[in-house]
Amino acid sequence: MTNTPAQNSAQLTEHEAGVPEQEVHLERVQVRKWRPAVALTSLTIVAFVLTVGFGNDESTVFRFARPNDFFLLPDLTLGVRVVGIVATGIMAVISAFAIMRTIQRQKVWGWLYIVFGALFIIDFLTWAAAGKSFSFTDLMIASVGLAVPLIFGAMGGVISERSGIVNIAIEAQLLSGAFSGALVASITGSLTAGLIGAMAAGMLVSFVLAAFAVRYLVEQVIVGVVLNVLVVGLTGFFYSTVMSENPELNSSGRLPRLPIPGLSQIPIIGPTFFSQTIIVYLMYAAVIIITIAMFNSTWGLRTRALGEHPLAADTVGIRVRRWRFWNVSLAGAIAGLGGAYFTLDQTGQFTKEMTGGLGYIALAAVIFGKWHPLKATFAALLFGFARALEQTLSAAGSQVPSELLLMLPYIITILAVTGFIGLSKAPAASGKPYAKQ
Amino acid sequence: MSNQVAQQAAVPEPPTEDAPRRDVGRELLHRLFNGTPMLSVLAVLASLVVGAILIGFTNPRVAEAAGYFFARPGDTFAALWQAVSGAYISLFQGAIFNPNRMDSVQQVLAPLSTTLYYAAPLIIAGLGVAIAFKVGLFNIGGRGQMLVGAGVAGWVGFTVPLPPVLHVAVALIAGALAGALWGGIVGLLKARTGAHEVILTIMLNYVAYLGIQYALRNPDLLRNQENNNPVSPPMMDTAILHSLPGFRVHAGILIAIAVVILYWWFIERSNLGYQFRAVGLNPDAARQAGMNVGLVTTLAMAFGGAFMGLAGGVQVAGQVTSGFTANIDAGIGFEAITVALLGRSSPWGTLVAGLLFGAMRAGGFNMQAAQQIPIDLVLVLQAFIVLFIAAPALVKTIFFYPKGARS
Repeated sequence: MTNTPAQNSAQLTEHEAGVPEQEVHLERVQVRKWRPAVALTSLTIVAFVLTVGFGNDESTVFRFARPNDFFLLPDLTLGVRVVGIVATGIMAVISAFAIMRTIQRQKVWGWLYIVFGALFIIDFLTWAAAGKSFSFTDLMIASVGLAVPLIFGAMGGVISERSGIVNIAIEAQLLSGAFSGALVASITGSLTAGLIGAMAAGMLVSFVLAAFAVRYLVEQVIVGVVLNVLVVGLTGFFYSTVMSENPELNSSGRLPRLPIPGLSQIPIIGPTFFSQTIIVYLMYAAVIIITIAMFNSTWGLRTRALGEHPLAADTVGIRVRRWRFWNVSLAGAIAGLGGAYFTLDQTGQFTKEMTGGLGYIALAAVIFGKWHPLKATFAALLFGFARALEQTLSAAGSQVPSELLLMLPYIITILAVTGFIGLSKAPAASGKPYAKQ
Repeated sequence: MSNQVAQQAAVPEPPTEDAPRRDVGRELLHRLFNGTPMLSVLAVLASLVVGAILIGFTNPRVAEAAGYFFARPGDTFAALWQAVSGAYISLFQGAIFNPNRMDSVQQVLAPLSTTLYYAAPLIIAGLGVAIAFKVGLFNIGGRGQMLVGAGVAGWVGFTVPLPPVLHVAVALIAGALAGALWGGIVGLLKARTGAHEVILTIMLNYVAYLGIQYALRNPDLLRNQENNNPVSPPMMDTAILHSLPGFRVHAGILIAIAVVILYWWFIERSNLGYQFRAVGLNPDAARQAGMNVGLVTTLAMAFGGAFMGLAGGVQVAGQVTSGFTANIDAGIGFEAITVALLGRSSPWGTLVAGLLFGAMRAGGFNMQAAQQIPIDLVLVLQAFIVLFIAAPALVKTIFFYPKGARS
């Protein structure tokens, strides 16, 4: 268990001192928490009505194989009605078990949620693509692809907000990273320089955010929103003037794919995770390092202190404003690298407003992930999956309205912040400027 | 020695009589240069300078002349002056007055009419952000609230047949109510669960956008049946805010002024408006005084949403009457934030800020057509204006205020 941001610093230190498990157990009042059981049951009912009630006798073909795999997985043909009945049946059993555990005042095992979720997705996919065939592996690849900038953005958001600065400007950092990555790589002819340029641009946005939030004590949300407008305007202006007059300034080319020998040939997993560009491998490293550093290093402890109780941090000699400034800059550099993914990995050139509001979804991932780097990463992957699902299904010609699928991340976030799916609470001092007395 | 001491003691004597008079002058200067209007003007000036740098930097003729800068530096400055002055003159000519086109009354007033045309929805939407600011809430859900308002007002406008004036009124009110609902949800959730309104409004923006897109693809909801594109049918003639013959400006600007007056009365004169301000200044004190903070929060977001919905209604009834798409909000929902910030949430300030930004839109299109300078420059100018306004200390540093006057 890691600290949730809701805890104040007093509890934080208590936790780190390691309170004996026994003591806590004795003091615990056992409450029946009905929300998980209710959620599981209602999802089961939704799945039953959709896939059995509105189901048909057609079947869906799932394709898995890719040419480079060690061995080729055969295609899987699933009947909509059969899958519907079997899957919702098992889901009903899990829901009943969850209700039973709740009555006994016990927690539902975590892995049951994963089984339930997998069943729900298989059932939904079979129903939504009824009578069609689609590649499951491509769906996974697209999910990760769409999640990469979200994860970078979310890491930037987590670091910034953990140190007490609300980062609405993730969108600006992504967009400036995309622009600067393409521009610098085109001018220098070096994609590595493009990556550095993207990080520098994200950092530059952060400098402005930090300067206004930390030095001039301006409302952070306002600075963030204005920075988003500013970067849309600036990149659009340069795109329509300098870049359109000199197309050679906007032809960076794309980073090469670097398949990891061996790992990249594992069916499904290989092409999804281990046949990517350097940006994606940097992302894995970033998530792992930030997660470990946030909870096991001096930097992490100080950063969390800044976000929860800056006065306490100041009292023990941490220079609040300076730390906040550099943490926000670091966050900007990471988000800027995520921006480079748009130009240097995906398209090879910059287009106007190409991030299309993904920075705001990254912000949603931060909140849904409860300001925890690893959880935020999973939230970003979930959002990426929802978008990939929409693309795959509309390409396969599904009858499900794509807009409703695209809405999912936003509705999930609303449910998360209002406490219907576990309450998300921000770091206590996030968004509050710190003026030394 | 004693003489010196006496002299020293005597020296401060005469100025004490003179001091009050000199202080009046100083006080006047201080008030003038530290007052909000002066700082706003300086902020606009500073962002125009930033814009000039951008124009000069990207102008091909400036770059060409800079190539032989050391041989003939005058050429660079001449090209720079031409580029920048050309841009700002065309901005002015598009927004206020164009001496080259004075053949008829319509031509003389055309720029001003275009400014008012763009200003109307900006002013109304700006008040939608301002009223939330008054309660200490940040309404960045203007896009969603406008889209919902536009969708409902548009639906009333092209399906429900009603007599002329009544039809427009019903459509606009329906739009305002839809916006109020969309904003009110946020206020209610904030009051009940403590969820942050910024996150909720951002998320609802996307939900509304995707919802409108879905409705525009569906012929049973908003799509024009005679067309396969995601566009609504045109508004009925009775549901249109007609413009004066030969002008672009329509009754929307009158509605905007009426809403400004309503907002002024509500905030400054009504009982509920007093509660709004009290909650905005100190929610804890307001709660102690017996005010229902949750209710005020919900109402503030609902009223803000109503203004936004009305702005969306003006968009479909006045600006784009031939059928709208999911981009009917035209970025006004976000620009409204900058309008409210510039106007410091006051009724008259928001009116002036809305007129200024309307002028920048009108002039920006003219500048794009006449000087090939992308309209994105206007976004940059607006962003800088708000940044400078938000940090008066920065403006004072830029304009070399003496150190003592900067705090």
